[in-house]
Amino acid sequence: MSAGAEAPEPAPRPAPALELRHVHKTYGAVAANRDVNLRVERQSVHAVVGENGAGKSTLMKIAYGHASADAGEIWIKGERVPRHSVGEAIRRGVGMVHQHFMLVGTLTVVENVVLGREPRRRGLLDLPRAIAELRALSKKFGLEVDPEARVEDLSVGQQQRVEILKVLWRGCDVLILDEPSAVLTPGEVRDLFEVLRGLVRDGMTVVLITHKLDEVLAIATRVSVMRRGALVAEYDAEGLTAEQIVHAMIGRDVELSVAKAPSAAGETRLALRGVHLTSARGTPAVRGVDLEVRAGEIVGIAGVEGNGQTELIEAIVGLRAVDRGTISLDGVDVTRASVRQRYEAGLAHVPEDRHDRALVLPYDIRDNLILGQQRDFVRASRVGRALDLLDRARMKARAEQQIAEFDIRPPNPAQVVAGMSGGNQQKVVVARELSRRAPKVLLCAQPTRGVDVGAIEAIHRRMLEARDRGLAVLLLSAELSELRTLSDRVAVLYKGAVVATLGAEELAADDALERIGALMTGAATSAGAAPGPAAPGPAAPNEEASS
Amino acid sequence: MAELWSTLLSLAFLSQVLRITMPYALAAMGGVVSERSGVVNIALEGILLMGAFGAAYGADASGGSIAIALRDGVAAGVATAALYGLAVVTFQADQIVSGVAINMLAYGVTPYLLKALYNSSSNSPTIEGFGGHLFDNPVFWLALLVMAAVHVVVNHTRWGLRVRAVGEHPEAAHTLGVSVNGVRWQAVLASGALAGLGGAWLALSGSGFVAEMSAGRGYIALAAVIMGSWRPLWACAACLLFGFAEALEVNLQLSNLGIPNEITQTFPYVLTMITLAGFIGRSRPPAKLGQPYSAR
Amino acid sequence: MKRGLATVGLALAVAALAGAVLIWFIGESPLEVYGVLLENTWGSSYGIGQVLFKATPLIFTGLAVAVAFKVGLFNIGAEGQLALGSFVTAVCGALLPRAFPGPLAVLVCVAAGMAAGAALAGLAGALKVRYGAHEVINTIMLNFIVSALILWAGNAHFFVKYTTHTRTIIEGATLRHLGFPGSPANTSLLFALAFAGAVAYFFARTRRGFEWRAVGLSRRAAENGGVNVAAAVIGAMALSGALAGAVGANYVLGYKRYYEGGIGGGVGFMGIAVALLGRNHPAGIVAAALLLGTLSHGGLAISSLVPKELVEILQAVIILTVAGASAYRGGFGRRRAAAATTPAPAAAPAAREDADG
Repeated sequence: MSAGAEAPEPAPRPAPALELRHVHKTYGAVAANRDVNLRVERQSVHAVVGENGAGKSTLMKIAYGHASADAGEIWIKGERVPRHSVGEAIRRGVGMVHQHFMLVGTLTVVENVVLGREPRRRGLLDLPRAIAELRALSKKFGLEVDPEARVEDLSVGQQQRVEILKVLWRGCDVLILDEPSAVLTPGEVRDLFEVLRGLVRDGMTVVLITHKLDEVLAIATRVSVMRRGALVAEYDAEGLTAEQIVHAMIGRDVELSVAKAPSAAGETRLALRGVHLTSARGTPAVRGVDLEVRAGEIVGIAGVEGNGQTELIEAIVGLRAVDRGTISLDGVDVTRASVRQRYEAGLAHVPEDRHDRALVLPYDIRDNLILGQQRDFVRASRVGRALDLLDRARMKARAEQQIAEFDIRPPNPAQVVAGMSGGNQQKVVVARELSRRAPKVLLCAQPTRGVDVGAIEAIHRRMLEARDRGLAVLLLSAELSELRTLSDRVAVLYKGAVVATLGAEELAADDALERIGALMTGAATSAGAAPGPAAPGPAAPNEEASS
Repeated sequence: MAELWSTLLSLAFLSQVLRITMPYALAAMGGVVSERSGVVNIALEGILLMGAFGAAYGADASGGSIAIALRDGVAAGVATAALYGLAVVTFQADQIVSGVAINMLAYGVTPYLLKALYNSSSNSPTIEGFGGHLFDNPVFWLALLVMAAVHVVVNHTRWGLRVRAVGEHPEAAHTLGVSVNGVRWQAVLASGALAGLGGAWLALSGSGFVAEMSAGRGYIALAAVIMGSWRPLWACAACLLFGFAEALEVNLQLSNLGIPNEITQTFPYVLTMITLAGFIGRSRPPAKLGQPYSAR
Repeated sequence: MKRGLATVGLALAVAALAGAVLIWFIGESPLEVYGVLLENTWGSSYGIGQVLFKATPLIFTGLAVAVAFKVGLFNIGAEGQLALGSFVTAVCGALLPRAFPGPLAVLVCVAAGMAAGAALAGLAGALKVRYGAHEVINTIMLNFIVSALILWAGNAHFFVKYTTHTRTIIEGATLRHLGFPGSPANTSLLFALAFAGAVAYFFARTRRGFEWRAVGLSRRAAENGGVNVAAAVIGAMALSGALAGAVGANYVLGYKRYYEGGIGGGVGFMGIAVALLGRNHPAGIVAAALLLGTLSHGGLAISSLVPKELVEILQAVIILTVAGASAYRGGFGRRRAAAATTPAPAAAPAAREDADG
């Protein structure tokens, strides 16, 4: 099992490493790919860019045989693949690293790598052999990782290395990477690109799916742009500018930043004091977080996934028990209050994953718009209250009003939300949370994840409006640029503690993103980033990890 | 009382416990294999029952051949599991609902066949079961070997790795060219063979098939799988506990200690509920247990 | 809706076919057997009465299973709950003073039975909430435990000497027959229909019904929506058990006038088929109960030709077909991922995820 590093053929016109012809794919009523033609030359870094939902991932899943096209042809190294499948792709030397890692957490690194192509000795798994091969590969390409570690114990960056090793160990020479930097910090992204450059020098072809333009310009040799399922432009990376790509991606020029008035912060609405939390796996997730959000400000939380931010939000909402510390809402201690009591005390919450916590997918728009406020929609009459009856007329009126106000499509209260686009689903959630009776604190976790551009702008506008109305907004986002644009302050979480809080001036600095990134990996200490002027207090990790 | 103690400490009691444990343990092995692949197996109960019937039929038809009885018990188990696999793997039906339906089917088909074949509503013709001493019974050693083999297969073979991967993260396995539903089908069939063997033991350690003779053992075996954290050897250990409880029940009934028989009868079931409450949450099930997989 | 009816039609067709094979296997003519079955059920007023009599408990247990399904729970312990409920109903009816006013006696007896069923199923719900123990295993275990305990309590205290039945209930607690000659079909059917209406109204119109359905469809979204999920789970199991516990009204108050062992005769398990076939909707459940009631009584009528277990087999086939057909998407689309701890009932609408690039 050699690391597929064959010398590139010196032939004058080698067939492309990968070619897609007239690929069509629809999911239900949505056309994910429309007549896409793509040619990836050998030993190139070919970037496929586009907004969320443009169809990039679908296209690459089709190329990899993980999803089937409704129509079209797939050619690998000059040969047409008649009946494509994952097995076929791997046999022909095509490997893929998915955006959501395809790793089995409970298995070890080496078990993950050999899965599907296991070496055997006398009928049993021959792991020692694979371990030796992995060590050699790790060394050769600078992809350090312990082959015998359990994958779920590894950091996200290490897990990505495992994904790349999976591809290399199979001897593949075409590597498709889907949004590889989504979960990485800027420093880790640089390391990754270094590895990729080494691979290409060694004869590999890399297809990179991303929506981050700086990365495209940093590493790609050729760029294809997708919009609404179709390939709309293709460029040589040489001399290309970000503006050109953006124009092609969106189909118009857009202002990439949102105009924002300076915040006029008032009194404290949400306060966390020495909060300690345990994760679902039973390990400490949050260790001694102090945080304050005041009326009229947006506080952002930055952190690599798995550093306690999800647990923190759950604890504020009341979905996760607090081990130690207190949470108060508008001056009232709600540490032990139920979810319902917190909503009644003025909390509003846009959950991280709309399919998981925010929406009952088989419910229609009308029902989802009152979920969490159902008690406000009990009929006012004595009989209605005694029998606990819902006031359906009022529910319908409310739905119609919000559908109009937030431009929710299709504009039909009886539409089941499962059949709606991600952006419109998210609008339902945002509309619902902003129209609570008297919201004081708004939690927004990944409010624009998987949402189209138009909806992103609308949601951002709504959040700023809420801030200006005097709500205290806590924003959790994996998009550092979103955090920077919207937040008045940003607290950086690392290993369950706030390692630094950046104020408005620091966020305005040119190197703000770099700095947040460094803090997120623990590369910089809080000493290097003194709390900004707007920071309410010392936010250093003041507790021992072993507490 | 003293009499009871001397019974409990005897070799005869130990062999009784082991004999009672066998069908639990074999069914639990089936449960482990199926559930590690991501398929809940409530249908173990029905498979046990069908296996028992198959074995009784084989023994009767062959004039008492243990080998043929075992073969037919396993075949009946596999056939039942195949129907279950068709429902839950191919047609992606809800696994709990389908499992319960398979059990109802077994509870209906076996008496139907009893009447059709033997014109009896309660039992098969008497067959010559194992007889003799447990430790002289080759089938006992064979069954132990099978259990050890399940442990080795799950943890140290290619197929076992795939089974574990498919139950935990089927999409990851699929992206490496592993056929998720193929592996699940194999696992379900294997669980049918194992639980079918358990059913055969049930029939052969008595004197044939008796209606409803599985008596909830499939469900109890499933509880043992959970207690054993989906690991073969630990699940076997849990089954020993249930075997002990049942053996104790039998001896208490004989010992006239003043505990009503109706109460002692509930021992294995109460024990199941208690252990289930105590062990769930402490052991982590396969992540995708109960969720059908279909590629997009 | 259309798809739902097609599923039901398919299930019936598959069951009829499977039945035909089994009948043919023992050397009888399927057409003749089915003909005898129909003639003995809907062919006479006695037959119709018997179908109604058999359908009544099926409405109760079908509702019981459906209520649990709606909230994402699977109660397969209706058999034990109805046994305990019937036992308590009978004991209550026997212990009441002879002069107790009639209608009130009926209410007290039925309420006692329902409370017993609710407690039993509620226990399984509580174990699930507190320990995460799966209600399927626990309700089955409780079936075994309860039948042993009833036997013990009966032998020790409540059974008439040398029998396995309780004393006869007082005159006032007896339910009137509906007037089908020779058939014990009785007014408990009206109870069953009233409960069906109430359950439908509860889920469609009330705030709590809205919350419970949300728990069934997406437990985590409901939790985030401020719903007390633990209370919903225990409450739904208790309601489910209460409905099963009401079966005693039919058998005890309306027919035997005492409790005896084996009174349910599989009605608890048949409730699963009724609920699935009725698509968890009360109106559908009433229709499905009539259908399976027909099979159930018809099974007795044909038992000279075919073993009566044919009926059980057909039910299992119906459940398997409905479960398979409602989940199958012909390879396209994906089912809503149901957490292993909350079996989404097979008949729950499948949600489609939006396509994401």
